[in-house]
Amino acid sequence: MKIAGIRLDLIVPGVCGLALLFGLPIFLDLFSLLQVTLYAIMAILALSLAFIWGYGGILCLGHSAFFGLGAYAYAIAVINIGESTAPFLIAILVPTLAAAAVGYFMFYGRISDVYVGVMTLTLALILFNVVNSTSGAQYHIGKAPIGGYNGLPNVPGLNVPFDPDNSLDPGDMYYLCMGLLIVVYFGLRWLLTTRFGRVAVAIRENEKRVEFIGYDSRLHKLATFTIGGGLAGLAGCLFVNWGAYVSPTTFSMMQSAQVIIWVLVGGVGTLFGPMIGAVALSWLTVEVGSQQLIDANLLFGAILLVFVLLVPRGIMPVLIDRVWGRISLPRRPVFTAPPVAAREGKR
Amino acid sequence: MSGSNVPQPLIEARNLTMRFGGVTAIANVDLSVAEGELRCLIGPNGAGKSTFFKMLTGQVMPSEGEILFRGTRINGFEPHDIARLGIGIKTQVPNVFDGLTVRENLWIAASRRNRGKATERAVARELERLELGSIADRLVGQLAHGQRQWIELGLVLLTEPALILLDEPAAGMTEDETVRTAKLIGIIKQSCALIVVEHDMKFIRMIASRITVFDRGRILVEGEADAVLSDQRVRDVYLGKRAA
Amino acid sequence: MAYATIVGIEVVYAIATLILVSLGLAIIFGMMRVINLAHGEFLVMGGYAATIAVHHGVNVWIAILIVPPIAVGLIGLVVERAVIRFLYGRMVETMLASWGLSLLIVGLLTTIFGSSTEGVPMPLSGFTIGAYQASGYNVFVIAFSLLTLGAVYVLLRFTRLGLLARGTMQNAAMAAALGVDTTKVYAVTFALGAALAGLAGGVLAPVAGIVPTSGGSYIGQAFITVLGGGAAALTGVTSAALLFGSVGQAATFATNPVFGSVALLLAAVVLIRILPNGITGRYFKGWL
Repeated sequence: MKIAGIRLDLIVPGVCGLALLFGLPIFLDLFSLLQVTLYAIMAILALSLAFIWGYGGILCLGHSAFFGLGAYAYAIAVINIGESTAPFLIAILVPTLAAAAVGYFMFYGRISDVYVGVMTLTLALILFNVVNSTSGAQYHIGKAPIGGYNGLPNVPGLNVPFDPDNSLDPGDMYYLCMGLLIVVYFGLRWLLTTRFGRVAVAIRENEKRVEFIGYDSRLHKLATFTIGGGLAGLAGCLFVNWGAYVSPTTFSMMQSAQVIIWVLVGGVGTLFGPMIGAVALSWLTVEVGSQQLIDANLLFGAILLVFVLLVPRGIMPVLIDRVWGRISLPRRPVFTAPPVAAREGKR
Repeated sequence: MSGSNVPQPLIEARNLTMRFGGVTAIANVDLSVAEGELRCLIGPNGAGKSTFFKMLTGQVMPSEGEILFRGTRINGFEPHDIARLGIGIKTQVPNVFDGLTVRENLWIAASRRNRGKATERAVARELERLELGSIADRLVGQLAHGQRQWIELGLVLLTEPALILLDEPAAGMTEDETVRTAKLIGIIKQSCALIVVEHDMKFIRMIASRITVFDRGRILVEGEADAVLSDQRVRDVYLGKRAA
Repeated sequence: MAYATIVGIEVVYAIATLILVSLGLAIIFGMMRVINLAHGEFLVMGGYAATIAVHHGVNVWIAILIVPPIAVGLIGLVVERAVIRFLYGRMVETMLASWGLSLLIVGLLTTIFGSSTEGVPMPLSGFTIGAYQASGYNVFVIAFSLLTLGAVYVLLRFTRLGLLARGTMQNAAMAAALGVDTTKVYAVTFALGAALAGLAGGVLAPVAGIVPTSGGSYIGQAFITVLGGGAAALTGVTSAALLFGSVGQAATFATNPVFGSVALLLAAVVLIRILPNGITGRYFKGWL
């Protein structure tokens, strides 16, 4: 493991990350910096799915469920509590626990990965419907109304931990989000080198063999899924802080679809690709939103369709192939979909 | 159950029965294998050998009867719990991690019992034993069938089981590969017990051992290799005649 | 007593709509192992087909019962030929592609019709039971769902097409070897599923407002029902709809529709833990 190339692939992103973290505030005006902050948040969301789908092989089609839970948990907690330290932690805890609960039923029930996709998608759909239709005054948690389709405006932002009078300004938010993105990226890189991470990847490759070796695949999948859910919640929490506003669209199908598209376009089975996908397509979303000609659904539907049919591996792996010829790092072929008969016959 | 002088068997199946819907795949099978024994299971297709293996490894729950491993009842245990007790299996179609390299494959298995540097050492030892050093950094999915079989064997061995189940280890192998596999089994035999399902009679003679013959979900005969292979009933079964 | 009757009708209506909304999805999943994430949009297109027909002066019954299945069935045929057929046997890719399709259709519908709510006039008037007002159309939906279920059963069980379809899904290679044009069978089956989705959209058009994005409100229930039902399309959908419809409607009466849908989800999650392959994965084996 002491090849120069290995260390290079840590150093290059590290240096780039730090350069962006400290360089961008010098060159960008506040408005652009705000945009970059949003991209960083979306990149964290993309990483959370890139980890559980690309490495864990768990198809989570309703990732917005955890993003939205993080967002709403923060908003509701901060309106009730005021000081933001606890709400920040609650915003990670709630989606983590939700992912653990849903994951328990899915993985200990040993349902196939396609069913996992449908199950998670349904979870997000129902959460969306629930939050969207709880607009009356009778729906509230403590001091905070749920707000229904109107969402919750004027959500108080983060403050310096335990110092409610010292709230973060947009510049601070940029450093926080960008810094967290770097931490999450390298954290996941590290996790994938541990035994847990490697077993998670092995489950993606062949769950049966992992069990024959003596690892509890259900527990590993549950842990992978739970980590992903927590990270998505973190992104949701940051997202509320970014806009000081939360609406049911955080739970929407479109939100789930976007994350899937980022990961797919960037490359399933990589971490860097999905981050790029998140930034590029979030930028595109903003651009499309500012004009009336093309509907966003139309555009993203077309992108998803084209990539599944024509570039299923995503841009990153294809680029790496082009640049370095054959890939040296082991990379999954394309998804993990053994023949139907094989998985139906199980148990 | 057993007399005090008789050593406890490593694994024992008692009255084991498996029904799928109306089909009885295994009927009242009693079978026991001692510590360190090498046992061959033979029988025509559909005789119930694979189902038997699936029950031993916790992939299917027996309809009736029980399985004892060193005296512990293991029916209903999860596959990974059974693996941790010390039963390893090499399946007929290689179950390996195709998207990972040979070294990474072995690392996953080695780290079940080892930590840190010890894992690396175990992987290196296994690469040497299986003579796979030259392809250690290749993706397993790109390797030949025979090589994948040995890698799977390596995965099993690295978990240091007390009993290894081999489902047709020589299937699809060339003459040379078959000989090498038989030799490997000879080496493995020194450290643990084995149950081998095989169709290839030449291969069975190579590893000659006690043989149990399955036919239509029941045990037809059991005995030493020479006796069993010359038994007329066994020949009839394989030639498609119904046994008396 | 009158109240009990009203409640009874509501529960049965909930079950019937679940069956209607899920049937097309179940046919496509059960027969072809394809999970069609654009199912909700197929329903919505059925609704739009009905509205357009009504606007053009077509008789309302024809507009909701005849036009939608034909229109959406044809669209389904095109979708199968253009996208789905390249992805058979790859469930994950099929799901993602059909999701792309779903977004694409939402975008197209928005571009064509805008996002204002469309509707179809209610073709039946209500009636009273004791002091309560009941919807005549709801009773019609119940009867019509049963009729549709029966018709599909007869189609699959007793017709040559049904036999070919079931044979092909069991063993495509063998069917092909026996001279069945399996490509055609796949296409027709997918179109049939799409047509059923369109029909459901048409039938529900008078009771639900139609916007391009309303597919999302159907597919959650439809997925739960199909998943909970398992591999056998008809038996699965019926049994799961019975279970989830009663649970959801009971929770709705006890609290409100919001918790009704939460109860539905919880019931589904628990069911999938107990019966990972759905109800027909354990019971009613070998049924259609």
